[in-house]
Amino acid sequence: MGTLIGLDSLTGPVSSNDMRQALTSSAPLVGLEALSGPVSSDDMRKKLTDGGCSSSSCGSSDTSNDMPAEIWEKVKDHPCYSEEAHHYFARMHVAVAPACNIQCNYCNRKYDCSNESRPGVVSEKLTPEMALRKVMTVASEVPQLSVLGIAGPGDACYDFKKTEETFRLISQKIPDIKLCLSTNGLALPDRVDAIANMNIDHVTLTINMVDPEVGTKIYPWIFYKNKRWTGLDASKILHERQMEGLEMLTARKILCKVNSVMIPGVNDEHLVEVNKVVKQKGAFLHNIMPLISDAAHGTHYGLTGQRGPRAMELKELQDKVSTGTKLMRHCRQCRADAVGLLGEDRNEEFTMAHVPENAEYDPSKREAYREIVAKERGEHVATRKEASATLAESVSETGTSVLVAIATKGGGRINQHFGHAKEFQVYEVSAKGVGFIGHRKVEQYCEGGWGEDATLDGVIAALEGVNVVLCSKVGDCPKDSLAKAGIDVSDTFAHEWIEAGIAAWYQQKYARAEVRVSA
Amino acid sequence: MAYKIITSQCTVCGACEFECPNVAIAMKGDTYVIDPKKCTECEGHFDVPQCAAVCPVPKTCVPA
Repeated sequence: MGTLIGLDSLTGPVSSNDMRQALTSSAPLVGLEALSGPVSSDDMRKKLTDGGCSSSSCGSSDTSNDMPAEIWEKVKDHPCYSEEAHHYFARMHVAVAPACNIQCNYCNRKYDCSNESRPGVVSEKLTPEMALRKVMTVASEVPQLSVLGIAGPGDACYDFKKTEETFRLISQKIPDIKLCLSTNGLALPDRVDAIANMNIDHVTLTINMVDPEVGTKIYPWIFYKNKRWTGLDASKILHERQMEGLEMLTARKILCKVNSVMIPGVNDEHLVEVNKVVKQKGAFLHNIMPLISDAAHGTHYGLTGQRGPRAMELKELQDKVSTGTKLMRHCRQCRADAVGLLGEDRNEEFTMAHVPENAEYDPSKREAYREIVAKERGEHVATRKEASATLAESVSETGTSVLVAIATKGGGRINQHFGHAKEFQVYEVSAKGVGFIGHRKVEQYCEGGWGEDATLDGVIAALEGVNVVLCSKVGDCPKDSLAKAGIDVSDTFAHEWIEAGIAAWYQQKYARAEVRVSA
Repeated sequence: MAYKIITSQCTVCGACEFECPNVAIAMKGDTYVIDPKKCTECEGHFDVPQCAAVCPVPKTCVPA
């Protein structure tokens, strides 16, 4: 196993403090690898429970204030449904459902590339039996794994036999794994009962329009009732089926996340209306994602030069609808075979060539990790609340709202080197306190210690509107270049909780100025 | 009277396989193949050949 997540060297007596230390340290990802010496997961558990915290009673109570307990129970470990969970838990998609029943202008089913990260893309298709072997291997090695999803690469509800069989096989072996699927909705009404029977708590439904006229610019055709439909007829049918499916899910208390692709000039303004409608019909979350468009992808939009939105355009739209249903801003638009925490993809470590013929599931790492996280999370929630309150107060005094970009490897901490960041998590400090609003993908600036100025220009462009970058370490050269572009970079708050680091930086930056003025 | 699949264009998604009313389509090696002895171009079942109607790649399920 690689060095990435490692509980690998959990080989020695270890205290819960050591573990927490390891979580906050700069070890790769959430690295628990500083832990050395022989230890069993039972030992770890015992040590943790001795400390007075059990995973069931601690760690989530504060955040659960935002929603009914039974819903919190469903989302608290799902990285795609809980912003808070996405710092700690990982998902994996298995690409068992390649067949699709509609054509979207942003999708090209012939495309397949291991370097691309976007929905619908996979490198290898799996049979349900292969998927089982792969999931058992990943679940034994990746302690953060909490969710198994089927996101195509076609449509999970249309290619349903394979979806169903995969879930059946895997839930037998790993009963505590959360199951979810995503669909375009056309076949959803026919599958809702089966979904409910399989205890699937989460369904993601892609709804790009609630007006079939708008749909004609997005969907060239659908296949329904043994016929290919085009134009307005196609979009009308799709719209009706999506609404019916959403209502059926709501009636069965299955959480539904609605994904919408923001396509400038096609449905960008219309998505405000979409937000209203899906909220009214009971969607739990609305996730507005930017169109990814490139001629090299061979999609209709790519080939016709349809552009995707800029980061600030996306934020404006998200802000406009944020009074609607809960909004998801941490989506990474991952591939249909992604593995790992959101924002990372370890699929290449787990291609079928790396999966043993007789894979078995060893639950010890996942169990150990959950114990640690339960405690760590409790502290994070408390810190976050406190930092948010402090910042709300400060902003009401200074009147200065800012955007802060964070370099993080996960665990909710400022713990990544500026030059190693492939993306920054952006937080907004406003009179409401501090909150996560999105991420910005960047070209990695530092490769093997050599920074490239050209790449830094890209980083600066990606950080549009951002006032400061907080990271665990940064060199003088990029720091100067960013300063010239009006962006501060600081490594003073390395390894702090993200929200606490932001609060400390804000106090230092603005409260001090105030003191100077008053003195 | 039968359809065929242009292998070089096929994405191997398998949609044609389960739409075919004659069970004429099956995996052969790495790709799907239509058995011309079983294919009726969906006559008597549907108005249009199902494989061509559902296939995501234009001109991939075509008359043989």
